Amino acid sequence: MFAEFLQYLFTGITIGATYALIALGFTLIYNASHVINFAQGEFLMIGGMATVSLTAMGVPMVLAIILAVLLAGVLGILLQRFAIAPAKQADVVTLIIITIGASIFIRGLAQLVWGKEYHVMQNFSSDEPIRIFGAVLNSQSLWVLGIGAILVVGLVLFFTRTLIGKAILATSMNKEAARLVGIRTQLVLMLAFLVSAVLGSVAGIVVAPITFTSYDIGIMLGLKGFVAAAIGGLGSGMGAVVGGLLLGIVEAMAAGYISSDYKDAVAFSMILIVLFFMPRGLFGAKVVERV
Amino acid sequence: MLNRFMQMRLRDLVILAVILFALPLFLNNPFHYDLATQMAIIAATVVGLNLLVGFAGQISLGHAGFFGLGAYFTGIMTSTYGWSSVPALVVGAILVGIVAWIVGRPILRLKGHYLSMATLAVGFIIAIILNNERALTGGPDGMPVPAFTVFGWELSPFGSYNLLGMELNGSEAWYLFAAVVLLVAVWLAQNLIDSPIGRALRSVHGSEVAARVVGVDTARYKSLVFVVSAIYASAMGSLYAHFQGFITPAVAGFDFSILFITMVVLGGMGSTMGVILGAVVLKLLPQVLADFQELETVMFGAILMLTMIFMPKGLLPTIQTAVGKRMKKKAGGQA
Repeated sequence: MFAEFLQYLFTGITIGATYALIALGFTLIYNASHVINFAQGEFLMIGGMATVSLTAMGVPMVLAIILAVLLAGVLGILLQRFAIAPAKQADVVTLIIITIGASIFIRGLAQLVWGKEYHVMQNFSSDEPIRIFGAVLNSQSLWVLGIGAILVVGLVLFFTRTLIGKAILATSMNKEAARLVGIRTQLVLMLAFLVSAVLGSVAGIVVAPITFTSYDIGIMLGLKGFVAAAIGGLGSGMGAVVGGLLLGIVEAMAAGYISSDYKDAVAFSMILIVLFFMPRGLFGAKVVERV
Repeated sequence: MLNRFMQMRLRDLVILAVILFALPLFLNNPFHYDLATQMAIIAATVVGLNLLVGFAGQISLGHAGFFGLGAYFTGIMTSTYGWSSVPALVVGAILVGIVAWIVGRPILRLKGHYLSMATLAVGFIIAIILNNERALTGGPDGMPVPAFTVFGWELSPFGSYNLLGMELNGSEAWYLFAAVVLLVAVWLAQNLIDSPIGRALRSVHGSEVAARVVGVDTARYKSLVFVVSAIYASAMGSLYAHFQGFITPAVAGFDFSILFITMVVLGGMGSTMGVILGAVVLKLLPQVLADFQELETVMFGAILMLTMIFMPKGLLPTIQTAVGKRMKKKAGGQA
């Protein structure tokens, strides 16, 4: 009984940590530019796929990971420069369609380069599972949680302790004011996309040994990250982390105790229930609307 | 002003009718007719969605859910329970309207990204149910749907018909039927836009708070237009199911929802003729790009991005502005 519960909890926390990282990526870009980036999931895909193919070519794992993250980062900057920046005055829906176009474009490229089949990635360390109170924990889960935690702490320090982090925060609060005090807002926006892409690709890499990877994994993972971000309240870092973990755990419990066929439906029902009672998510700021 | 609007309304309808009935001159084979029929059905769906997105300014990323519900209701009632097509379509549309009403009340309180998230969730939940209720829907493999029937008369892609002395095969007959349906859909939408309800909706789009201040019951109108657009989607889903003769849960899926909203935005939000153009372009594009085989997806994504970056208002409004400017310049030069 307890072992079963613990097993679902482990699964939920692991996948939830991934959702949290994706949600943080959404949050970062949303805060800096009020864009919901539907291509966020593609950063994960690029991270996982590039690492797999580089290691297959004989590149050492660590170097492969660094190169994959760099690739995703470049992609993030390109996305901001050539797709988001030129459309700065566009409607919310228009921007959504642009990022959807970008995600289709990136997916198409990935399919050209890597084909349509699933790719398997080795665990970072031992394949030997760890047993705790009768439940089994994949060693890769520890990597996911550890790296997830490091990234979250790193982000907090980045935003509170560094000048660049504070500049991003200032830009998100008031772009005009930020520009007046000498912040180069265009650079800041690019930076937000870069960091977001790095977060996404790292999430994609650490989770790849557990979920496998293929050119089209970005759609569902990206959407789940979006759900997590909205549950937590768009724009709240804390919300992204809590929303991600909550979504992962609820999903795993639903799959275990109710029906695995309906686990995705549970995730999407959860967002409706949360938004029904808290129209701005769990941690969303109360915004006074100016007319 | 109102008079002018009436004239424009009539003009648009006449132009559309002329295009629709002249189109067969350029259609050479059943495949062309089938594509044109699909376009007309999808275009009518998008005209309905545009009432919600273009006029009331409310995003829906889950509209295929309603389209799929209509398609499956018709499919199940006609094939499993032996209903006739029209009652299945009508009852289905009413039920979907009720579902939309129940769902719409709470989620339409949400704004912007939260609303898009909630509608996306509704669409997903519907698609997941259709996927998993195998006994009813056949699951991911889909289910067959019998031909469309009216009073025992059958409209099938394989039939042959005689209309006012013209010999029509099944594909041609379906196209004519879909063309008339599209005209009716546009006519109804234009009437709604031109009514007091339409004015109220446009005021909601402009500023919801301002609309409320002058006494517009914004919640009621938003729900109403949500229901109307869902009914459009459901009815067209029913026709689509009959036309295809086979449906899978993909008709309710995320890709379809995205396709619908993209047609609205690409064609030109708030312009009925624009969104029809959007439907035509996005339905034709994969056919054109199919020649590029592996590059198809990449090019589709690129074209989508570039169009929206350089024509954020959508295709038709951008073209109209450009033509208007040129005509003004010309008129100025002559004077």
